Amino acid sequence: MSDHEYTPKSKVGKWFNDRLPLLTLANHLTDYPTPKNLNYWWTFGGILTFCLITQIITGIVLGMHYVAHADLAFQSVEHIMRDVNYGWLIRYVHANGASMFFLAVYIHIFRSLYYGSYKSPREVIWIIGMLIYFLMMATAFMGYVLPWGQMSFWGATVITNLFSAIPLVGESITNWLWGGYSVDNPTLTRFFSLHYLFPFLILGLVVLHIWALHVPGNNNPIGIDIKKPSKDTVPFHPYIVIKDAFALLIFLLIFAFFVFFSPNILGHADNYIEANPLVTPAHIVPEWYLLPFYAILRSVPDKLLGVIAMFAAIFVLVILPWLDTSKVRSTVFRPIYKQFYWFLVADVLVLGYVGAMPAEGIYLLIARVATAYYFAHFLIILPFLGFKEKTTPLPLSITEPILGGSPDIAMARNNSNYKEKL
Amino acid sequence: MTDSEKKKPNRRDFIVTATTAAGAVGVGAVVWPLVDQMNPDASVKALASTEVDISAVEPGQSITVLWRGKPVFIKRRTQDEIDSARAVDLSELKHPEKDEDRAKNPEWLVMLGVCTHLGCVPLNDKGDYGAWFCPCHGSHYDTSGRIRKGPAPTNMEVPKYEFVNSNTIKIG
Repeated sequence: MSDHEYTPKSKVGKWFNDRLPLLTLANHLTDYPTPKNLNYWWTFGGILTFCLITQIITGIVLGMHYVAHADLAFQSVEHIMRDVNYGWLIRYVHANGASMFFLAVYIHIFRSLYYGSYKSPREVIWIIGMLIYFLMMATAFMGYVLPWGQMSFWGATVITNLFSAIPLVGESITNWLWGGYSVDNPTLTRFFSLHYLFPFLILGLVVLHIWALHVPGNNNPIGIDIKKPSKDTVPFHPYIVIKDAFALLIFLLIFAFFVFFSPNILGHADNYIEANPLVTPAHIVPEWYLLPFYAILRSVPDKLLGVIAMFAAIFVLVILPWLDTSKVRSTVFRPIYKQFYWFLVADVLVLGYVGAMPAEGIYLLIARVATAYYFAHFLIILPFLGFKEKTTPLPLSITEPILGGSPDIAMARNNSNYKEKL
Repeated sequence: MTDSEKKKPNRRDFIVTATTAAGAVGVGAVVWPLVDQMNPDASVKALASTEVDISAVEPGQSITVLWRGKPVFIKRRTQDEIDSARAVDLSELKHPEKDEDRAKNPEWLVMLGVCTHLGCVPLNDKGDYGAWFCPCHGSHYDTSGRIRKGPAPTNMEVPKYEFVNSNTIKIG
């Protein structure tokens, strides 16, 4: 991975490193040259690693007290909340931690979209990231089923029924997923097993994600290739470590606010009612982070096509590096794409909002328009814009715009005097 | 390899193919139990039928019983409801089924209380057709449990059932 040779100073270190080069790896991670213009949007990778570790640790602890059985699960969660020492804290951290994890991952993804981090040569990083995102959604969904409340049960019923839309084999597949003819105890136990497994798969993919990142190195806010190491880079430690740590602390303030002051605000009151297969709650909604996809599902009046549209909405992201034909990475130099980018952000927020509303009347109409725009953005606007758009001139290095020649043309003109002085 | 030396399968190719085939069968034999263990097990299948006493159900009333973990609606229909179900022209239906075929004994409608869209339980005496309405995604069903409006693709399913005697229905 590292370009330069590393030799440990101590004799023992050298002996060990010759047999397993862990110290070389540690040295690579410390010295790893990072673009010096990374802004705070780049701190979310570290925040996400923190979220994953938090979920794994709190999850392992909850697993010590939780009972995965349809008759006992609901009570065991109440037992955790009332009887287990600090059980309430650990469970609220885990439950809100999932929301924080998704908040951070959405910022991380939209950062990528803004600065073109998915483009060559970073396509594989992006695809691994999308796999992680998909596994996160599956893990969060199964975790939400475990308390065996009304929303758990009916959420599980609706989502697993998506597979019944598959022609011919749909019913066999849903019965296979359920281990019966409806969501019941066999479903709960297998969801618990997989909910425990998936975070470790995610952890493995995170290692690959970072490995793939360290091959070309970080993208940066102006999106140009830089020489590494050079005047344009700083070593990861201490510069990025400190910046990441500071951002993490701010993030933890928000996290702690939810955990201590409104731990249930992101959940649904219905989930404090034990699962009842005879009564469906009046209004079923998934957790907030799945709402845009739920809106897409409901905006299509046909069952099978709705399911296809929902999965296509995720798949279209996977092939994004080939849909965006523009060679310029950063949106800073793409004046037209910049507007479409913010349209897309608004569109996804609108989808999230209508996903939480009943699927009727004006909400359904809005959901349909927003769904159409979502696909148009990726399948029509992005491919054409790459050819049509006139991008502004790219600077030659990260240092150049600071010493004059800013990416912003107006600023560059103002700075021209300064440039002459140099 | 050039075009002139056309390759004939030799003994090594045969061994490779045979080994691959045997290996594939072996892998399949190992994978199948791991996949099939997730299918409904013997204890789940053992609960496949249930008997229901319907002597207390008055006309216009509907009861819900649990069969295979799913709700089953047993509705004793009024003459009005039967008439309105039978008066419907089949061409109006998304999933054309005659009411006569769905309710063998016209007074008694027995069906899975599961919306065919995504599996929620529809509410009784609601919706545009005065029968069932699914609150999840807005499917309306008529007095025969047939889909009339909304995203559900088919009518609510009629399970296998029989009248053991005039007061008892056996479902499954």
